[in-house]
Amino acid sequence: MKQELLTVIENAPLTDAVYRMRLSGCAGENRPGQFVNIRLEGFYLRRPISVCDFENGVLTIIYKAVGRGTDAMTRVAPGEKLDVLTGLGNGYDLSAAGEAPLLVGGGVGVPPLYYLAKELIKRGKAVSAVLGFNAASEIFYEDEFRALGASVAVTTVDGSRGIKGFVTDALPESATYLYACGPLPMLKALTKACPVSGELSLEERMGCGFGACMGCSIMTKSGAKRVCKDGPVFGKEELPW
Amino acid sequence: MVNTKVDLLGITLDNPIIPASGTFGYGYEFAELYDINCLGTFSFKGTTREPRFGNPTPRIAECTAGMINAVGLQNPGVEKVISEELPKLKKVFSKPVMANVSGFSVEDYAYTCALLDREEQVGWLEVNVSCPNVHGGGMSFGTDPNAAAEVTRAVKAVTKKPVIVKLSPNVTDIVSIARACEDAGADGISLINTLLGMRIDLKTGRPVIANTMGGFSGPAIFPVALRMVYQVSKALSIPVVGMGGVASAEEVIEMMMAGAVAVEIGAANLVDPFASKKIVEALPAAMEKYGIQKLEDIIGKAH
Repeated sequence: MKQELLTVIENAPLTDAVYRMRLSGCAGENRPGQFVNIRLEGFYLRRPISVCDFENGVLTIIYKAVGRGTDAMTRVAPGEKLDVLTGLGNGYDLSAAGEAPLLVGGGVGVPPLYYLAKELIKRGKAVSAVLGFNAASEIFYEDEFRALGASVAVTTVDGSRGIKGFVTDALPESATYLYACGPLPMLKALTKACPVSGELSLEERMGCGFGACMGCSIMTKSGAKRVCKDGPVFGKEELPW
Repeated sequence: MVNTKVDLLGITLDNPIIPASGTFGYGYEFAELYDINCLGTFSFKGTTREPRFGNPTPRIAECTAGMINAVGLQNPGVEKVISEELPKLKKVFSKPVMANVSGFSVEDYAYTCALLDREEQVGWLEVNVSCPNVHGGGMSFGTDPNAAAEVTRAVKAVTKKPVIVKLSPNVTDIVSIARACEDAGADGISLINTLLGMRIDLKTGRPVIANTMGGFSGPAIFPVALRMVYQVSKALSIPVVGMGGVASAEEVIEMMMAGAVAVEIGAANLVDPFASKKIVEALPAAMEKYGIQKLEDIIGKAH
């Protein structure tokens, strides 16, 4: 973890409610599956957001405006500086991927998988991605995943684009390992539907984001764990559902 | 050179800055970020007789100028704290540490304190009486002078270390509770613990916190804390450790002028992991600004 003052170089909408922000000047390390915690003027707690990409000190995050804090975040202008804790959480274990890993993301669970896909493809893996959204208007980063060289399937709940249904309706025949991020019902359904071993990234309301307050604890098969510090990525078999 | 040293019940602190229990773990998370030996000491995570997972999540809610937590004393239990956490703590912190203890019966407190009494690195026992008394209808020990005194006596009987009783502000007369602890043999008092609060999610109409209510902390509570530190330190003859919403060196000075001999830093550590270190570093300049040569001289100046 590092506390850094980063400069916003882009903050623009990808869909109605989903925004992409790019921040420059990041000296810390940020691995796929890790997150950053952002302090916003006028808000007491920080906003934890997953890392979507990290290259040459430029950090990319994608977030959804869902409350007062993230709404305020959409109004941050390029050139402004933000106090950010970077390199938080454990991140995905890339060494477990095998030759043909499957990446499954739902909604704003998609962004961390982009950085993961990029790093896995760099290592010569044949990456399949299933990206789930509610409707065509909410889809983002489909083309970006294809541009990396991943084989991509998109699902929409209302059928307005891609395969109608949930991510579990579009899983490929076979895969060597599963990496997923998304809403809890999706992760639970995936755990049942996907026979291979894998890792799931969880979300929980956090206090500090670096392991001090115990605000985001979950019970796993190996005892109490902090989502922010011991996670957010947990082994599929470690979770009690 | 200004003098930031203070005496806390026979142990000299290099400065009065003490990260508060529940915001600093067992120290080693923060030791990855900076040398925590710059602190006066710190109060480690509230420890109970048995291991506890705590409350269901969500346990955290944001507020204007503060936060609510309902962690519910998650900790591995006193035996594991002694066998696993304290050895790790010892590697990163060489000063006496404050052991924070919670319990759900008088026997719980005595049991946990008796075990921690044998630990060389423990300099003080900070006894949190804000927990519900399972044998007393679930009412907090800290809301009843007799129950608070009973816990104090039981703990004093099993330890030679200084006992600091940490009080809840959720009472009508804080001085009567504090006096009952003093009369029962407490060596010191620390206050305030969090204020009981809640938030409701407007979209669902349900409480944000799974436990419905939780403890409110952060800058918003500072004036309440300062007032109670003033009242208690004025009425009692034992030392008072002040806390509640402190986030700057100026507020440390203010808390000491109200009567605190040392000051705990709580929620501030959670929003800025370097907060306590920054306050330690800012203290000498803040003292010079107000013409303070020796920090101990200002304790209770407002009385």
